[in-house]
Amino acid sequence: MASEPRANLKPLSLHVPEPKFRPGDEVDFSDIAVPAADAAKRPDVGAHPDSFHELAYGLVRVLDQDDRAVGQWNPRLDPDMLRRMLRNMAMTRAFDERMFRAQRQGKTSFYMKSTGEEAVAVGAAMALASDDMCFPSYRQQGILITRNYPMIEMMNQIYSNKGDKLQGKQLPIMYSSREDGFFSISGNLATQYPQAVGWAMASAAKGDTRIAATWCGEGSTAEGDFHSACTFASVYRAPVILNVVNNQWAISSFSGFAGAEATTFAARAIGYGIAGLRVDGNDALAVYAATLWAAERARTNQGPTLIEHFTYRAEGHSTSDDPTGYRSAQEYSNWPLGDPVTRLKDHLIALGEWDETRQEEMDRECADEVRKTQKEAEKNGILGHGLHQPLDTLFEGVYEEMPWHLREQQQQMMAEEEASGRPWARK
Amino acid sequence: MNMIQAVNSAMDVMMARDENVVVMGEDVGYFGGVFRATAGLQKKYGKQRVFDTPITECGIIGVAVGMGAYGLRPVPEIQFADYIYPALDQLVSEAARLRYRSAGEFTAPITVRSPFGGGIFGGQTHSQSPESIFAHVSGLKTVIPSTPYDAKGLLIAAIEDNDPVLFFEPKRIYNGPFDGHWDGPSKNWSKHPGGEVPTGYYRIPLGKANTVREGGDVTILCYGTMVHVCQNVVKETGVDAEIIDLRSIVPVDIAAIEESVTKTGRCMIVHEATRTMGFGAELSALVQERCFYHLEAPVTRVTGFDTPYPHSLEWAYFPGPVRIGEALKNIMKD
Ligand SMILES: Cc1ncc(C[n+]2csc(CCOP(=O)(O)OP(=O)(O)O)c2C)c(N)n1
Repeated sequence: MASEPRANLKPLSLHVPEPKFRPGDEVDFSDIAVPAADAAKRPDVGAHPDSFHELAYGLVRVLDQDDRAVGQWNPRLDPDMLRRMLRNMAMTRAFDERMFRAQRQGKTSFYMKSTGEEAVAVGAAMALASDDMCFPSYRQQGILITRNYPMIEMMNQIYSNKGDKLQGKQLPIMYSSREDGFFSISGNLATQYPQAVGWAMASAAKGDTRIAATWCGEGSTAEGDFHSACTFASVYRAPVILNVVNNQWAISSFSGFAGAEATTFAARAIGYGIAGLRVDGNDALAVYAATLWAAERARTNQGPTLIEHFTYRAEGHSTSDDPTGYRSAQEYSNWPLGDPVTRLKDHLIALGEWDETRQEEMDRECADEVRKTQKEAEKNGILGHGLHQPLDTLFEGVYEEMPWHLREQQQQMMAEEEASGRPWARK
Repeated sequence: MNMIQAVNSAMDVMMARDENVVVMGEDVGYFGGVFRATAGLQKKYGKQRVFDTPITECGIIGVAVGMGAYGLRPVPEIQFADYIYPALDQLVSEAARLRYRSAGEFTAPITVRSPFGGGIFGGQTHSQSPESIFAHVSGLKTVIPSTPYDAKGLLIAAIEDNDPVLFFEPKRIYNGPFDGHWDGPSKNWSKHPGGEVPTGYYRIPLGKANTVREGGDVTILCYGTMVHVCQNVVKETGVDAEIIDLRSIVPVDIAAIEESVTKTGRCMIVHEATRTMGFGAELSALVQERCFYHLEAPVTRVTGFDTPYPHSLEWAYFPGPVRIGEALKNIMKD
């Protein structure tokens, strides 16, 4: 039983964080500091992490208010590269749009969009070498799109159809492509973090040249795995990039429940002696530049870098979520860092290398390509329509060789199937 | 009431009765939980008693143990049972043993709620049934309701219990009972006697099974979603089975099991969790030890298969009417 407080002392009180805006509230983001695009210095990749702590509290930005690329972090990309980046981001958005709708039409069980944070995955994937190993969470589909992973493979996986190389064993969007340096996604948050560090340690121990990169949401930084990963990364100076995607919301919980009221997520790095950068996640060039810098540090044995990407989750958490129940609808439209696709487009236009007509054309092309691919994918089936994987694949892949008890259960299942007369009985 | 509302009502009743009851977990506060089980509680009882937590299951349980040691009665939610593993150390090494190692100086009167089980196309990480992992740990109690009525009465008893309790809610039957035919029409709790739930306080003691159907030929031991599937299978096969809903697996109602199996002479155990080291293994051993001379057939287990939960083939994995029906026919042959 709780005892009575002592009468001569002031009672303690418990602080429970509360986001600034709830449904129906007028949104005012004026307290979010948006420093000038050229404000952040770019340290030498060999600099000691202690010499640039301020970068963990600031915001590395490249694109300024007039859509120009400025400052020390400007990666000076040529227009072709910028257009490729824009296209990868637009394609990711078109893909999300289409697959979200497919879920709503009952063609699959689940989907998660990355709308508003496309720059985080695409910018990073373009700065990494194509054989660097990614340990993503579920919102970095932009990496696969950037790496030209066939979109139809992504859709086959989402539909769990007969083209799905994961044999319908995984939840939709939980892709895996070893060949494309894309580690199998887990539904359990932050588990990929120490794994990425382990991969990077192995690469270093073997004298390889490849580095690892991993992503988790700001909410997931509360998990123990995040902290174990930081410790190992620091102790062994693992060649790894630890990305925290701060999109402000973890389902209905705002970033304050992961500690954002007290400090930044990039500042987590300081306690571990790791290089920490806080980056404008809606600025594709800033994401690219920061990743390139961190990759160089990793490749030259300067150790890990933790990058916080400050961004906003424009859509619901997943198809099972309704964000109007917990946050103001104004948040996204008022978001002070704008939209990553629009900002990159405006930059290209400011350079005289792009225009609205070409953008519309490109958006149409992306939508067409997604639609065409979707039609192809649906020829392989959609979830729930027919039996796409042979039933016995259910028992494959548990172990390398099937032990007696699984073989017995497999036989039992086949007998059960015979007895059932199910409409999707084995062909 | 459906089961979500019943669970909500149990917490509401207990929070009103005992100001030491606090509810915590990922998204449980303002939003009321991803399954809405805690909806409205924060508004009613305030943020000091119903609050969102950081996403760290280990932290949630560790903090709950500390709050329990202070004298509160925390009711932490783990969003899906599949995510309880990061909290395993706090549950197994700490909560479970606090009373024992401190000779009763400290206890952890916490009730960990978590939706579990499959049949919702949740894939590998939203479908598991980990109850036997906890049943193996001395010092924990494990409770699994099968109706809204039971869910409320059992949850109230769990919150009042001074030991740490794991309260697994079969999410497949949150909205209505389920007969196992995945493509059949779904029913609603409002048309089921177990859906009639009093708004006030009542409790169902932990460790007391419920005989949901009396019969003379075979005893079926089951819990959670499987209670409904078994009832349906018995109806479809016409076997005169006695169906026992265990309601809690630790402590398990051994008297009810012994009495029934001694009477029927046959025993079939049904659970959705994987077979090897599942709770069925323990039940089978108990029955063999205590009812051997009454048995007319080997004890049979019907379970999920020993694979991770598959996404697209989940109905082949799920122990449905065909698997249970075949087993029932077999056991009646002897
Ligand atoms: C270990 C674990 N606990 C809980 C969950 C349930 N869950 C899935 S996503 C999510 C929120 C994650 O938020 P954040 O890390 O901020 O990433 P975001 O979705 O915003 O990209 C939660 C709680 C989970 N998948 N794994």
